[in-house]
Amino acid sequence: MSDHLPPPPETGCRNAPLLKERGQREVFCGLTGIVWLHRKMQDAFFLVVGSRTCAHLLQSAAGVMIFAEPRFGTAILEEGDLAGMKDAQDELDREVARLLERRPDIRQLFLVGSCPSEVIKLDLAKAAQRLSARHAPHVRVMNYSGSGIETTFTQGEDACLEAMVPELPATDAHELLLVGALPDVVEDQALQLLADLGIGPVRCLPARRVDEMPHVGPNTRVALTQPFLGDTLAALERRGARHVPSPLPFGEEGTTQWLAALAAEFGVDRDRFERVTAAPRARARKAIAAAAETLRGRSIFFFPDSQLEVPLARFLTRECGMEAIEIGTPFLHRAIAGPDLDLIAPGPTLSEGQDVDLQLDRVRAARPDLTVCGLGLANPLEAEGLATKWAIELVFTPVHFYEQAGDLAALFARPLRRKELLKVGAAATAQREIGA
Amino acid sequence: MKLTVWTYEGPPHVGAMRVATGMRGLHYVLHAPQGDTYADLLFTMIERRDHRPPVTYTTFQARDLGSDTANLFTTACHDAYSRFQPQALIVGSSCTAELIQDDPAGLAEAMGLPIPVIALELPSYQRKENFGADETFYQLVRHLAGPMERTARPSVNLLGPTALGFRHRDDITEVTALLDEMGISVNVCAPMGATPADLARLGAAHANILMYPETAEAAARWCEKSLGQPYTRTVPIGVGATRDFVDEIAGLLDVAPRLDTSRLRLPWYSASVDSTYLTGKRVFLFGDATHVAAAARVARDEMGFEVAGLGCFNREFARPIRQLAREYGVEALITDDYLEVERTIEAAAPEMILGTQMERHIGKRLGIPCAVISAPMHVQDFPARYSPQMGIEGANVLFDTWVHPLVMGLEEHLLHMFREDFEFHDAAGASHHGGKAVVRETASSTPEITVPEAGPVWLDAAERELRKVPFFVRGKARRNTETFAAEKGVAEIGVETLYEAKAHYAR
Repeated sequence: MSDHLPPPPETGCRNAPLLKERGQREVFCGLTGIVWLHRKMQDAFFLVVGSRTCAHLLQSAAGVMIFAEPRFGTAILEEGDLAGMKDAQDELDREVARLLERRPDIRQLFLVGSCPSEVIKLDLAKAAQRLSARHAPHVRVMNYSGSGIETTFTQGEDACLEAMVPELPATDAHELLLVGALPDVVEDQALQLLADLGIGPVRCLPARRVDEMPHVGPNTRVALTQPFLGDTLAALERRGARHVPSPLPFGEEGTTQWLAALAAEFGVDRDRFERVTAAPRARARKAIAAAAETLRGRSIFFFPDSQLEVPLARFLTRECGMEAIEIGTPFLHRAIAGPDLDLIAPGPTLSEGQDVDLQLDRVRAARPDLTVCGLGLANPLEAEGLATKWAIELVFTPVHFYEQAGDLAALFARPLRRKELLKVGAAATAQREIGA
Repeated sequence: MKLTVWTYEGPPHVGAMRVATGMRGLHYVLHAPQGDTYADLLFTMIERRDHRPPVTYTTFQARDLGSDTANLFTTACHDAYSRFQPQALIVGSSCTAELIQDDPAGLAEAMGLPIPVIALELPSYQRKENFGADETFYQLVRHLAGPMERTARPSVNLLGPTALGFRHRDDITEVTALLDEMGISVNVCAPMGATPADLARLGAAHANILMYPETAEAAARWCEKSLGQPYTRTVPIGVGATRDFVDEIAGLLDVAPRLDTSRLRLPWYSASVDSTYLTGKRVFLFGDATHVAAAARVARDEMGFEVAGLGCFNREFARPIRQLAREYGVEALITDDYLEVERTIEAAAPEMILGTQMERHIGKRLGIPCAVISAPMHVQDFPARYSPQMGIEGANVLFDTWVHPLVMGLEEHLLHMFREDFEFHDAAGASHHGGKAVVRETASSTPEITVPEAGPVWLDAAERELRKVPFFVRGKARRNTETFAAEKGVAEIGVETLYEAKAHYAR
């Protein structure tokens, strides 16, 4: 099927030993998921119940977006709220009523738990029930936790989608459910490909609006578009839906295998599959080839961030000819990541969790050509002469499926090309000259 | 509870981080849940620091809650000490750790580390970032400094500059040069650039320059009381304030006031005829109290503006700001709610806003020009070029920064003269605000003649697909696709062609 690629390794990394570490973790908490989730769900508002730190985090992560009447905010706990619990519930009711009055366009409200609200055991589930009853039928109120003590970065999306699953209407229809918030342009491409293959009806979780919510039941087949959706998948399985396992749709190979798994599930014949995918596959290959020239033979090191690390390592090693040194992930869900791990040749260290100082020791010893990491580490590592690709961009930028495969490869090639272009040396060098 | 989207200040532990990151040889062990490390990127991205902030987070998770968290804290302290070998350690809790009631002070003390360990009490649910910085610096000074023999030459300490401070880097340079002209040397500049060992030498200075009251007033007061060092009350932002500052410091140290004004250009620029149109321009000022107070004086006395309103977000300085507002005949706005600031600005309808990053956006929304005078700011206000706010060069910088957003004098004149002109009308705005200018619609406009273009035709589906491309690259995508289609001899552009072209130009 992927004749231009090396054959799959005989044994992949599915059963490779896993380096588990605990210590200081340089990662975002799940609240950050709000920044992209609220763009996807157009009639939803995300109300974090937390501290000033939570509000500050959201504003730091959301950057300039904060001024476009965003559909998220923080109910900041004050000293009075910590004294008596009953009071806090009344306060929350009042803030929610004020909010919904000001924003009548809101149809779904998420009460998002944070570390402070979890630690004081503020019962947001009960609050959601109560508020749902009070503001029905116009507004549905749900709750999930995006706290740092429970969730890492993209796990916030998992927690959010999981909270929606029990609310989905039941069905017996043989339908495909795409799970994972994708940029609209990417979602449209996926739907078009599936329609061309004759697979359908197809629904999406999350839906763009509350009245487009998908149904779920024993004949629902689930295709994940993101690797970090373990709890959502489990919740869907509890409602009878069945997962169609496959590598994730990154790159030409990933997209083709992802589609092939669904084609097999829905009985699409081989000719039709070839007819529909041949042209976009050729395009994707061609687009990847440009960036792969820069990437081939270069080594890469992933710090844990989004759980996208495993499928991305698969794409970069197989389709761009890179060599992975370490693939760090905040959490490894073997059932979901398995098909991607099967395609990664043994060699790289697979690590879960983090002790950031120890991991920094490893990256300094390995001196990879490219390091994928968060913004707190990127500039300091650049100053040490290591080229970096900051990881958050991979969550915001359209990177899935065929038409974005070239862009995805280019995201990794750009820092390397830039490093070759710049002739004046790193900032750290300049500062040393003066600072001496 | 209070619903918030934007906060002017972070939590107090971010203030403590600003002190720790500004210093060298100091390490901060922060008892905090996973995720609080987000604050690192304020320093590495906004301020573009080339090293990680010297902060170790315990990053406890849900499964650690219970007895384990205290253990985690002790381990983190040990690891931080042995890895970084700091001269001193500060320890404290973030908002969540405050709730689980481990005692960082007691735990750290019990460890018996061979360096000073200073515990911070930062009440997260009452106080904010500036308090955190001020309190942290005060605790450091109180623990590390002591009385000592004064230097032979007249010398001072510079107190207050921190990491993530608005133009702190260049203000230090400017004030140091200013003092140097008077034969005064800088003993210690702190927190920025100082080590704990340097703090121990604070007592050798004859006086203190309190550069930023928000971050160092408590420390300056303590030094006055315990080390007998007077501190300056004037913040040298603006020409008048710089002159007063020179006089004040001369009085404190008994030296001759001296100020080299050969490079000072604000007074002449402001007096030159092109600036006449600035007269009585109504400005609204908002930010931290220190910068607002300084800016108000410059605005009225040195630029000839009318102060149409002023306020600050840090309640600690509510009283002096209220008093200042009375002197200017306006009502002070003391709030940390940006919606209230927006309402007040809308009501005051100023011609210009001098504020923070938030006011810049408010200005954009209301169509009012704005210049940034205070934190919080974004990455563009950590410029590569030299741009102090203080002293002689600071005054020059202020003039340029504040005048730039305004419509140029001659341009404004033209706007008035040709008010009804089809290009130069009011709604067209300033020429340097490119995208906004609109040609006035006139009844007698000639019917549009469309020249049939030779080139490929866009099919509906492709046109719709193109609209999904982000606007800032859409033009390029359209051009590339058309060039590609022309080269291939394709007459109609479909979705396929669009993506063929995309793949063709992929890099």
